Amino acid sequence: MSTYPEDLQYTKEHEWIAGLDESTTVTVGITEYAAEQLGDVVFVQTPEVGSTISAGDAVGEVESTKSVSDIYAPVSGEVVEVNQAVVDDPSLVNSDPYGEGWMFKVRVSDEEPADLLTAEEYAALTSGES
Amino acid sequence: MSRPTPLREVHESLGATLTDFAGWLMPLRYGSESAEHNAVRQAAGLFDLSHMGEIHVTGPGAAAALDFALVGHLSALAPGRARYTMICAEDGGVLDDLIVYRLAPETFMVVANASNYPMVARELTERAAGYEAAVEDRSETYALIAVQGPRSAEILARVTDADLAGLKYYAGLPGAVAGSDALIARTGYTGEDGFELFVAAADAVPLWRALSEAGEPYGLRPAGLSARDTLRLEAGMPLYGNELTREITPFEAGLGRVVRFDKPGDFVGRAALEARAKEEPRRRLTGLAALGRRVPRHGYPVVLRDGGEVVGEVTSGAPSQTLGRPIAMAYVDAAATGALAVDIRGNHEPVEIVDLPFYRRSS
Repeated sequence: MSTYPEDLQYTKEHEWIAGLDESTTVTVGITEYAAEQLGDVVFVQTPEVGSTISAGDAVGEVESTKSVSDIYAPVSGEVVEVNQAVVDDPSLVNSDPYGEGWMFKVRVSDEEPADLLTAEEYAALTSGES
Repeated sequence: MSRPTPLREVHESLGATLTDFAGWLMPLRYGSESAEHNAVRQAAGLFDLSHMGEIHVTGPGAAAALDFALVGHLSALAPGRARYTMICAEDGGVLDDLIVYRLAPETFMVVANASNYPMVARELTERAAGYEAAVEDRSETYALIAVQGPRSAEILARVTDADLAGLKYYAGLPGAVAGSDALIARTGYTGEDGFELFVAAADAVPLWRALSEAGEPYGLRPAGLSARDTLRLEAGMPLYGNELTREITPFEAGLGRVVRFDKPGDFVGRAALEARAKEEPRRRLTGLAALGRRVPRHGYPVVLRDGGEVVGEVTSGAPSQTLGRPIAMAYVDAAATGALAVDIRGNHEPVEIVDLPFYRRSS
């Protein structure tokens, strides 16, 4: 069963965002539900450090044995760090999607992020899909 | 709605991710598909293949009817043996690839792919008209469970008294397995030693449970279609709809050996296939291994690394557990020269040509 940590925010594209309320820099990853749907992740491409991304843009890729999916930017801003560990060992996305499997960090620009979901709202969304 | 197999509830209780495949609700994976793949290479895997079609062809003219209907020489097949073959159209295009078991001198069982077997049954019925042979689609009555992997013979021996040591590759014998009547066939689609057990649909659940229990100490684990696909790809085995289609003859697929021109009499597709056998194929099924980590997938263009000209198309691709990098099969123009790449969503990722199969078991 998928878990939905309460302290994260979520997107309809199955990313999670940590730290949005406390800091201007947030951490982004894909949800446990997404990882379960994908199966064993074999390749992760993150955006480049220093690149400017806009909410909704495809900024990376996650490949599993059977499929490939885009990673969408959940917020707008500048990419300040990427998780080289998950690039080197993509299975971290499956084993620890909310921890070691994080993907990149963004310094959020001052625009208001749109359409983020609470854990409860995201759980409801995924229960409708599966 | 997809049709469930007799094992649906077992798959659900094991937490399988179910997927639609050719109109059937099938287990895609139970947990990690990589772990399932590796279990089959190193120990054993248990597969539900009840979506496959089983068509019986019986009667004094059954052998002659199959010689006419298929590209293989089935009248030469000894009872108790099996043969990989194909059914082709008049123009030589592949309609399906098949395994034919000769169960008795006048009884054959044709095993066809899930997506094709109603069509194969119709074609066989038409082609057998005029022969003393009856064609009966018995797919509904069968479940098919496979045990594949290096430990499969030891596992199966725990639940049957049948002479497994005497059962050769591509042979089948009737026997009781865990109390159920079965056709025990030493065939598979994984590149490993293994067995396929054809049983009555009602016996599927107890047989699965008995095999699971017997296999537990050997590292047997249930394996889904995802692992089945990566296993057969590593073994260089074609999948109908990917490497084999209506537009391809067995020669392009590198499987011209299954077309038996030396058999007596005419067969459907003979004239077209004889013409095709004389010319060099314009494109060939080719093994590719990626130099990077991105996966070439079905339908992606194969291009020249220098210049980017499209010279082929990927038919199947996946990350290979055994080779540690992505592999693919592709049709590539025979005239293409120079290093190759695959256009992976706009990026030309370099690949190298490698011999098929990618994996061959030792022993």
